[in-house]
Amino acid sequence: MYAWIFRNLPGPVWLRIIEALILIAAVVLLLMVYVFPWLSQYSPFTDSTIGQITL
Amino acid sequence: MNRVASAPGRRMAREKQTVGGRVTGFLGELLITLGIVLMLYVVWELWWTNIDSANAQKEVTQNLVQDLGDVVIPEEGVEEEEDIDYGPAPTAEAAPGDTFGIMYFPTFGKDGTHHPVSYGVQSSVIDNLGIGYYPNTQLPGEKGNFAVAAHRQTHGQVFWDIDKLDNGDHVYLQTKEGYYTYTWFDTEIVAPSNGDVLLPTPHQWGVEPTESILTMTSCHPPFSTRERIIAYSELTDWRPLDAGPPKEIRELVADATS
Repeated sequence: MYAWIFRNLPGPVWLRIIEALILIAAVVLLLMVYVFPWLSQYSPFTDSTIGQITL
Repeated sequence: MNRVASAPGRRMAREKQTVGGRVTGFLGELLITLGIVLMLYVVWELWWTNIDSANAQKEVTQNLVQDLGDVVIPEEGVEEEEDIDYGPAPTAEAAPGDTFGIMYFPTFGKDGTHHPVSYGVQSSVIDNLGIGYYPNTQLPGEKGNFAVAAHRQTHGQVFWDIDKLDNGDHVYLQTKEGYYTYTWFDTEIVAPSNGDVLLPTPHQWGVEPTESILTMTSCHPPFSTRERIIAYSELTDWRPLDAGPPKEIRELVADATS
């Protein structure tokens, strides 16, 4: 999969390395800014509130 | 020379891969990707959320400071006039969606910390805005229990030092009604389901409160949600905004409102 992507990037090898790094950075940013915040609402690991009571 | 010679060789090696080999290789890459993504999630949770939270807290703090108007801070070296009685503390106002106060913790961190307090404890509040106020509990100044929640770690790790509160330690709240001084008196560890710490008189149903207290709740132990740590403080003093901040938090107030 990754080999295929790398082979199909345009340009000489040095340019393809830069392109690959940009792609990786874009994916990481996408995860950090959009995917993980959305995912965290299903995460039970950080809840710091206490059982709500109805008064 | 080398590249020309090796290129056909590599292509031949690829063509020799069986279908099964390719599927296995693809699955392997997927699993490695999944592993890396999970590690990135941990990085996000432990590091990135603190940055997001710090930025959001700064923004709501600045908005609140504009509403508070000019904050009077006595000059360096001006002595505190002791024992002025400003009368009983008025009840603070808070409406859903509001960021209505700033809490100051002179004993937290190296030089003390401050965080905004907003209405509600849903994740949209406490994940980004610092401290959340439990609706259905009493308001600052009111007889009963002013209860707040914040993260112990991640999302700004606002209450990281909550377990270090000790005799004589103060927690301050600044709202447009003035400065509320709370003095710590007890800390306990309870189960996450133990909601009766939020009662007007904690743990006691139907008991009319006689004091105004502050209840801070957070995770315990750190990096776990197995239990909750509850720190109780009592309202011991109040002063109007014009009187300037109590001496212990002058620098923190200057920092928060500058």
